[in-house]
Amino acid sequence: MTTTLRTEAVRVPESGLTTEARAAAVVWEREMIRFVKDRARILSSLAQPLLFLFVLGSGLGSLLGGTAGGVRFETFLFPGVMAISVLFTAAFAGISIVWDREFGFLREMLVAPVSTASILVGKALGGATVATLQCLVLLALAGLVGVPYDPLMLLTMIGLIFLMGFMITALGLVLAARVRQVQSAMPLVQLVITPLMFLSGALFPLSGLPTWLTVLTHINPMTYAVEPLRSVVFDHLDVDAATRARFDPGIVWGGWTVPVGVQVLLTVAFALALLGLAVVRFRRTE
Amino acid sequence: MDSPAVAVRGLVKRYGDVEAVRGIDLEVARGETFGFLGPNGAGKSTTINILCTLVEPTAGEARVVGLDAVRDRAAVRRRIGLVFQDPTLDAPMSGEQNLRFHQELYGVDRRHAAARREEVLRTVGLWERRADPVATYSGGMRRRLEIARGLLHSPQVLFLDEPTIGLDPQTRSSIWAYLAELHRSEEITVFVTTHYMDEAEHCDRIAIMNEGRIVALDTPDALKAQVGADRVAITTDDDEAALRALRTELGLEGAVREGAVTVNVPDGAGFVPRLFDRLGGHGVAIRSVTVTRPSLDDVFLAHTGTTIRDAEAGAGPSMHPMALRSRTAHR
Repeated sequence: MTTTLRTEAVRVPESGLTTEARAAAVVWEREMIRFVKDRARILSSLAQPLLFLFVLGSGLGSLLGGTAGGVRFETFLFPGVMAISVLFTAAFAGISIVWDREFGFLREMLVAPVSTASILVGKALGGATVATLQCLVLLALAGLVGVPYDPLMLLTMIGLIFLMGFMITALGLVLAARVRQVQSAMPLVQLVITPLMFLSGALFPLSGLPTWLTVLTHINPMTYAVEPLRSVVFDHLDVDAATRARFDPGIVWGGWTVPVGVQVLLTVAFALALLGLAVVRFRRTE
Repeated sequence: MDSPAVAVRGLVKRYGDVEAVRGIDLEVARGETFGFLGPNGAGKSTTINILCTLVEPTAGEARVVGLDAVRDRAAVRRRIGLVFQDPTLDAPMSGEQNLRFHQELYGVDRRHAAARREEVLRTVGLWERRADPVATYSGGMRRRLEIARGLLHSPQVLFLDEPTIGLDPQTRSSIWAYLAELHRSEEITVFVTTHYMDEAEHCDRIAIMNEGRIVALDTPDALKAQVGADRVAITTDDDEAALRALRTELGLEGAVREGAVTVNVPDGAGFVPRLFDRLGGHGVAIRSVTVTRPSLDDVFLAHTGTTIRDAEAGAGPSMHPMALRSRTAHR
């Protein structure tokens, strides 16, 4: 009987790296399907960064006297607005697993003969991809705020945005691990994300702050993901050292200026640690 | 391939003070359709969750196709199909997308994946609707899609936890028709829990579970035969006199249930004339007689002293299925 033959042929293989990778890939693919289908989400998550960039940018910019040392406030704000967009999009992507739990689909994923880590890696890559796709729209507007369209700069920014998106989605997953009710998911995100945004240097330079604020920005993982982004933009601007020091002072620990490479490595470490924590918490609760 | 589909020995599961499963032994042969029958909170779901490696037992052993449900977790999962009590579909995705997702998750060979999807979708009658989002499916269609999905990776045992709960009677019987069809075409073992008595009739063998224990285990016919054939319910003007007459004249122990004197006899129809003959002589006026073929309800009643409906209504809050389920989730 043909049925029997086919039954033998489709038997599931024993575990292996390929199986784990396929599981992560299909979880990622589902995030893409959902992103494409949800046009309202795309539009609403673009509105907020655009408001920040043009309304807050112009408003505060005029207070600062339009340009300072040839740098418009919007130019300074540009990488920060990227980060805010990533923050909200990715955190939502991570916390969306609460909805998967509510509708039972999380169970379908977690009972599969693959590790929880593969499922969550797929989720985090999906969140990072969605966040990056959103940022492409913002990147296209670079010229409007005085940021040059330099291919290498844009590629570096995309890479950094993806990394930031991965880290924040992983954070969203950590938060989602213990949330049983859909209603409490969004307030929790707001509670965690808003301080991360304000304390990251996305909206103001990290120089000349009071000590308590400096300490808070330094313990915020987001700070180390935002600063490389700004640094890349300023690398491609034609500004003198004094202006750069004012707008892009970098991160200074004690007397040591943390190199951008170290900041990126720290972000990678944060991302992996958060993902690990999410895996542990999901294994324990489901 | 000689190991039984399911083998359970001394299985115990405690949630705090609640003992959901109190030491059960069970063996299911390959190719059997095995039913787990009992009221809500009897421990059926806990048992099936242990077999599916979702819950670890407190004590005892559970084996599926010869593999230990605790130690060989991933290997067991690859060989079983699962249909849960609560829906686990992604509503925005189409029926076929849900199936493809499952195949990738289980690492099914891509060369045969599309053909297999078509095969299972046709079996459950959803091939024409495959491209529609699951959100547009009815409850019965979703259930069928979940059954199809459970079969995608050609499992050796298909576990279904209350597959027909919340469905109307017509849809319920169509689900059972599909299950019977699958059983023929797929040559797999089906392990199903239900609290609908009539559904247990579809099984080769059934285990009746109550308060964490298996109280009876046999074929539906054998179980019914055990209860002592037919049940005769007699309404009279004087139940006490009727009971006495039954004892002295016919040597039968009757009981008053739901306002009628009931007695179990091998041949109900042949018993009725004798009943009138003997009881009439004692001046007991009989108003009506009902002869019922034994049902699984009677089997349940005989083994537990209560009807399945009363058992469900009487289940205290600690044994409520919702409470048990949420505890399962917090394992």
